[in-house]
Amino acid sequence: MSKKNLIGLIVLIAFLLVIPRFFGNPYYLGVLVWSGLYSLICMGLSLFMGYCGQISLGQAGFYALGAYGSGILTARFGFEPWPALAVALVACVILALGVGLPTLRLKGHYLAMATLGFGVIIYVVADADPFGLTGGPSGFSGIPKLSVFGLALNDELRWYYFVWATVLIFLFFLLNLVNSRVGRALRSIHGGETAAKAMGVNVAKYKTQAFLLSAAMASVAGSFYAHYVGFVNPEPFNLELSIHLVTMVVIGGVTNLWGAIAGTVLLTVLTEGFRTFFKEYRLLFDGLILVVIMLLFAEGLFLGAAKKVAALVARASCLRSRRRPGASTHSTGNPEAAS
Amino acid sequence: MSTILQAISLRKNFGGVVALDDLSFEVRAGEIKSIIGPNGAGKTTLFNIISGIYRPSSGRVRFEGKDVALLPPHVIARKGISRTFQNLQLFANMTVLENVMVGRHPRTRVGFWRSIVRFPGVRREERLTARAAKELLDLVGLADNAHRAAATLPFGKQRLAEIARALATEPKLLLLDEPASGLNVRETEQAGRLIQKIRDMGKTVLVVEHDMSLVMGISEEVLVLDHGRRIAEGPPREVQKHPEVLRVYLGEDFHNAASAES
Amino acid sequence: MDPSTILQYTFAGIKIGGIYAMVALGFNIIYNTTGIINFAQGEFVMLGGMFMVTFSRIMPLGAAFPIAVLAVVIVGCFLERATIWPARNGSVISLIMITIGGSLLLKGLAMKVWGKSSFPLRHFSSEEPIKILEATIQPQTLWIISVLLLVVIVLALFFKFTLTGKAMRACAANRPAASLCGISVDRLVLLSFALSAGIGAVAGIVITPVTLVNYTCGSMYALKGFAAAVLGGLGISTGAVVGGLTIGLMECYGAALPFQGASSYKDGIALLVLLIFLCAKPSGIFGRAAISELKRF
Ligand SMILES: Nc1ncnc2c1ncn2[C@@H]1O[C@H](COP(=O)(O)OP(=O)(O)OP(=O)(O)O)[C@@H](O)[C@H]1O
Ligand SMILES: [Mg+2]
Repeated sequence: MSKKNLIGLIVLIAFLLVIPRFFGNPYYLGVLVWSGLYSLICMGLSLFMGYCGQISLGQAGFYALGAYGSGILTARFGFEPWPALAVALVACVILALGVGLPTLRLKGHYLAMATLGFGVIIYVVADADPFGLTGGPSGFSGIPKLSVFGLALNDELRWYYFVWATVLIFLFFLLNLVNSRVGRALRSIHGGETAAKAMGVNVAKYKTQAFLLSAAMASVAGSFYAHYVGFVNPEPFNLELSIHLVTMVVIGGVTNLWGAIAGTVLLTVLTEGFRTFFKEYRLLFDGLILVVIMLLFAEGLFLGAAKKVAALVARASCLRSRRRPGASTHSTGNPEAAS
Repeated sequence: MSTILQAISLRKNFGGVVALDDLSFEVRAGEIKSIIGPNGAGKTTLFNIISGIYRPSSGRVRFEGKDVALLPPHVIARKGISRTFQNLQLFANMTVLENVMVGRHPRTRVGFWRSIVRFPGVRREERLTARAAKELLDLVGLADNAHRAAATLPFGKQRLAEIARALATEPKLLLLDEPASGLNVRETEQAGRLIQKIRDMGKTVLVVEHDMSLVMGISEEVLVLDHGRRIAEGPPREVQKHPEVLRVYLGEDFHNAASAES
Repeated sequence: MDPSTILQYTFAGIKIGGIYAMVALGFNIIYNTTGIINFAQGEFVMLGGMFMVTFSRIMPLGAAFPIAVLAVVIVGCFLERATIWPARNGSVISLIMITIGGSLLLKGLAMKVWGKSSFPLRHFSSEEPIKILEATIQPQTLWIISVLLLVVIVLALFFKFTLTGKAMRACAANRPAASLCGISVDRLVLLSFALSAGIGAVAGIVITPVTLVNYTCGSMYALKGFAAAVLGGLGISTGAVVGGLTIGLMECYGAALPFQGASSYKDGIALLVLLIFLCAKPSGIFGRAAISELKRF
């Protein structure tokens, strides 16, 4: 682990520990629990998009699979929550393999559309309720609470600690991953598939691994969702969520796990804080973010904007130094002034 | 000397275009062999087939006696063939050092799970990878640029970085696609010496190049392609005098090179 | 099931399939010139319906039709200039994301302009069903079929006989070569967005009397139209038409299957076909595998 990342982790942990002192009320904590759940999904998506250069528009589908899997197994079949989570996870990964294996070998937009279609199918199935399990459009409740090491997660504070601890663990693992041989291989795919292949990187294998990992993380987040809310219905898992997740990753900078978390928290908090505004303008807002970030700040809002500002400052100071007495502003013969 | 690479009746069509037409040749282990020919002769296509990026429409490629033409590129790289790209394909999202480290991929083994947990063995391999990459940057003379973003390197240095990256895979056969294009005279000479040094390390080098003085200066053998066919093959001196070659190749370069040689 | 019922479902399938076919054609046109899948394609359909509803309130349908199409074409051109053009040298992933962003923008704007309710449009001619062999067909279905035919014929003539059309085909075959031959790829991209927007708008206008229109209806048309395009082979016009009609028919027959709740899976069918084809034969019925490999992404 590089020094930068280590410091980042320590700062994040300190931050997470301090927050409940200032924002202790359940409502704020609830918003942060949601931020944590989305962060889980978005970290996986960031790995897949930013490091692998692929795009999935079906993360809401994997999220739904985790939620419905855990919900159905515990509420209807009497599973314990943790085994249920594991079963849902495995099922989700197998389905992801089914979608990913054939399409990941193709060019980018095929995968985008396949995952998009996959997400919508999951939604349609949950909505139509073929086997009398999902409760159709109105969903079902009665999902038990989760407990960790015998400690029942029965208030917002505990959920807050639990979800963010999970985020931290995954973040730690993923940071290790991206700064390793495998991480370099993933980034080389983004850098250029042909060259990556010629350097001995099994491109299809690594793309599949990253995709499965992103699906698995969405599934885990879904399982947590089911136990946190205690109720599952299809509505939240629509196509718009998949796109919203992509937006959260993009705003923070696709090629950066930290950015994914920052973007997710930012957007989740904003959405909560300006509920009435976002009810009306969420589509426009997401659309604008995607277009503007892609056109202007390819590295995400934070890094991209910082660099733009730095460039502006540099230009301003350069202009100033050129106007300093003695130096002619119109000197054409001076190569240094031109550069 | 033994034969390391053998192309047998290679043919490649792109729709109606015949890029390679019944091409056969051999490369002996430990030599520098150059492939020359006018634009569109099929040189890059040949490299793409040897390195597994394209599949031949028909014909075979044998590397160390085994058929490799239908293997995927990453397996071919593992077997010991590596290459550079005519149109520079460094990974723009990485530093120069990281680019070369990617080249170590087929010679290292830490996988998904182990890198997630980062056991001590993982860190050791990582250190070794970085060290090997640095040594290669030293070899090509880019040690000072290790931590620059690859995309910011000037043209000539990008070519060198590509060579270092290709060497990192520990190839037995190295394919260089126009290593001197875009380089000035001095850089070209350096590139020539580098290629010879690589050969002296025991590697076989197949070079596609338009710069005739470089080709004539370093190659043991020259293969001349035109329209995907072999029109001449042999030591540089003989190829230079070959009537077919003179007919196809009436460019200034050739005459200059020819007179420089004699 | 008796034959007349089957015929009835066939009519319904052709009706909706014709719309999917037009959406698929729109996808293909943009794909061929740029290599991009335009996620905003469905929004063109929605906007066509919306503009038509608005204009039809103040003028006769015959006049509202071309004006609505023109309005969407302008939107399409604007979209291309504002979002695609500045990113023309960008990576695949950024282009995909930009068209997704574009589709959200159009959807969001439509919501602000027209609100969240669904709007009806009066049928082009009488709503009196016409009886054919025991089954009935709505006159609007005949409108849809004729409009689809017209679009196909006009497109075919355009690509075959006009210089611009030929240039677009050249561009589809090999973009770098086309631009070397002096074809202004830049203008063709703009034109392809205009064409796609126009065809999408036409589809939206003719389907609205049957289905209503609201700001969200675009994404389903886009998904199913894409499924149709993939089924027929991405980039192939004949494929788009066959694919669209096939998916329309499958949906309608599927909804009639004799098990409980069959109709609620209607939306899943097209997507299932899409997934199956993407997995098993991504080049589609009419495509050759080699072609899809050579495309830019
Ligand atoms: N992917 C491709 N699709 C279609 N045609 C191709 C493709 N790659 C190469 N060709 C064609 O094959 C022929 C040989 O091309 P190639 O790039 O191998 O030539 P080359 O000898 O490397 O030329 P240069 O000296 O310009 O690099 C050319 O006519 C080229 O247009
Ligand atoms: Mg070449």
